Amino acid sequence: MAKPRTSGEVLSTREEAPERVISYAQAGVEAVREEMMRDTTIVYMGQGIGPRGGNFQQARGLWEEFGEERVRDTPIAEMAQTGLGIGAAMAGSRPIVDIVFFDFILEASAQIIQQASTIHYISNGKFKVPLLIRAAMGGVRSSGPHHSHTFYSFFMHIPGLKVAVPSTPYDVKGLLKTALRDDNPVLFIEHKALYNAKGPVPMGEYTIPFGEAKVCRSGKDVTVVAVSLMVSRVLEAAEILEQQGISVEVIDPRTVAPLDKDAIIRSVAKTGRLAVVDEAYATCGFAAEVAALVAEEALEELDAPVRRICALPAPHAFSPSLDTFLLPSVERIVREVTAMFRG
Amino acid sequence: MKIAQEQVLSLYRTMTLIREFEVKVREVFRSGAMPGFTHLYVGEEAVAAGVCAHLRREDYVTSTHRGHGHALAKGLAPREVMAELLGKVGGSCGGRGGSMHLYDPAAGFLGTNGVVAANIPIAAGAALSAKVRKSGQIAVCFFGDGAVNNGAFHESLNVAATWNLPVVFVCENNLYATEMPFHLAAKNATVASRAAAYRMPGVEVGGNDVLAVYEKAGEAVERARCGEGPTLIEMLTYRWFGHHEGDPGTAYRSKEEIEKWKKRDPIKALRERAIDFQWATVGEFEKTDKEVQELIKDAVEFAGNSPLPDPGTALHAVLSS
Repeated sequence: MAKPRTSGEVLSTREEAPERVISYAQAGVEAVREEMMRDTTIVYMGQGIGPRGGNFQQARGLWEEFGEERVRDTPIAEMAQTGLGIGAAMAGSRPIVDIVFFDFILEASAQIIQQASTIHYISNGKFKVPLLIRAAMGGVRSSGPHHSHTFYSFFMHIPGLKVAVPSTPYDVKGLLKTALRDDNPVLFIEHKALYNAKGPVPMGEYTIPFGEAKVCRSGKDVTVVAVSLMVSRVLEAAEILEQQGISVEVIDPRTVAPLDKDAIIRSVAKTGRLAVVDEAYATCGFAAEVAALVAEEALEELDAPVRRICALPAPHAFSPSLDTFLLPSVERIVREVTAMFRG
Repeated sequence: MKIAQEQVLSLYRTMTLIREFEVKVREVFRSGAMPGFTHLYVGEEAVAAGVCAHLRREDYVTSTHRGHGHALAKGLAPREVMAELLGKVGGSCGGRGGSMHLYDPAAGFLGTNGVVAANIPIAAGAALSAKVRKSGQIAVCFFGDGAVNNGAFHESLNVAATWNLPVVFVCENNLYATEMPFHLAAKNATVASRAAAYRMPGVEVGGNDVLAVYEKAGEAVERARCGEGPTLIEMLTYRWFGHHEGDPGTAYRSKEEIEKWKKRDPIKALRERAIDFQWATVGEFEKTDKEVQELIKDAVEFAGNSPLPDPGTALHAVLSS
């Protein structure tokens, strides 16, 4: 199943379907476009997603094709945008609310957590909230403290929400199509630095279910779990570690809610060691959750403590020297995984 | 002001239903039988009744923490609301929501809400959906004076006006947000005047005159339905009781002020005027009173007999499958 891969290449694809190589951004556009053609209740709202096509070109051509009723530029009012999305979803539409920069989702958190995530449950199943919230997380070009956050674990924490964090164009398209057919509130969190990354995407219809991890690289000495931008860094590190005699198995969960914990546990049962690499902070983050799950359910499989390789606990400093130091680099990943095999 | 005579009795019925329901809720709550908190609507009945009289079943309403009156006026069954307040299976939400989280899609009721102002963008969103689907539905949003200094109010009114959404924003200005007098929370302690900032019509109404409420609400509903966009209506009214049951409401309000407003009882006012103008007879009013009493009696009995939900269901429906 596994073959060595470099950043940007996708490992597993459907063998029969012809492919072309497109960007992460284009994959998202295709998914939204196909679903908007298929489902006329989809309404897309966000800042700059109309004629401009989105800050990251993540909505390119949609306004031209579907018009201003269904593709709407919003004022800078994330809380109202999201609340509007919730109301529209309860009233029979299927809205996409594009927050653009994930950091700004904080303005909308009360609507997401107190309203969207609770309505189906509290109404005893009478109301659905088929709302898709789209945003791009992570640092790019020293984006700094207001444009770099990766706190997707805040939303993973809340029952009633689904959270996707795709790492490749193939995953973006397949997961986004699934998300747009899901009747729950879904946070679809892309990564700013991945929008131009290219990868093979099949022609024709396909979807990827939520809660299904991908084994990006097979290995036998250590399991490394990573999402989003960190997947490609881990794969680079895995190449280097291979040269040093450490065989790394790389798991990309692709969605963190639901999380394919069985895939992680299966891998740990094979390797006996687990590291989680996350661009977010270690405290109360995704890495902490994976570590806790494995400790609770597969402690006997572990030959060593779980290692969290995460952003260091400081705000996202602007200067590139600080920024690079604070976030998990390939070099730090190699160093920390190597350290798991000493003593 | 043109109003059909049947409409007068109908308005009276709705207001009386709300009044008697709330008085009963107060009694049940004080007996210790009701979990959680409750925020009574007594005194403000004319607003819910006068506005909702114009709404179709499929029109949308979002409400507040003080929402029993909106729920009943929009058509939720009194027995289901009472059962919900007691956390019972027969409640509108199977006991999961209680007073501040009442939902009923069959009545277009998109929820009472425990978060001040959070319901405002949700109403605008329902209106957006109706507009895009060209369904002819409209949305009405109820909120208090406490909500109008909140970001959600500003953001929502701006986008509703900009997108010409079929929504009516109804502010129940009862002069106090919990204990805070409006004039201490805002230099501009008025609401209708704020509409100008968003370039939408702003209307001020004596909220205890149900016929005035009915008239102005009717104009706003018509405007929304004809595609002429949103309206902000400020209803000047007053709650007889405290902010919540447990708050006597007298620490921050004078007894004189409370008595003054109680004299403007909207139900009594309508009844007296209707009899004066011979829009209805004493007999018709008394018949309505009896019907309402029966409904309240049924609600209490039904809620009392309904069981509490089985804890085995506590994890059901977190997600829709």
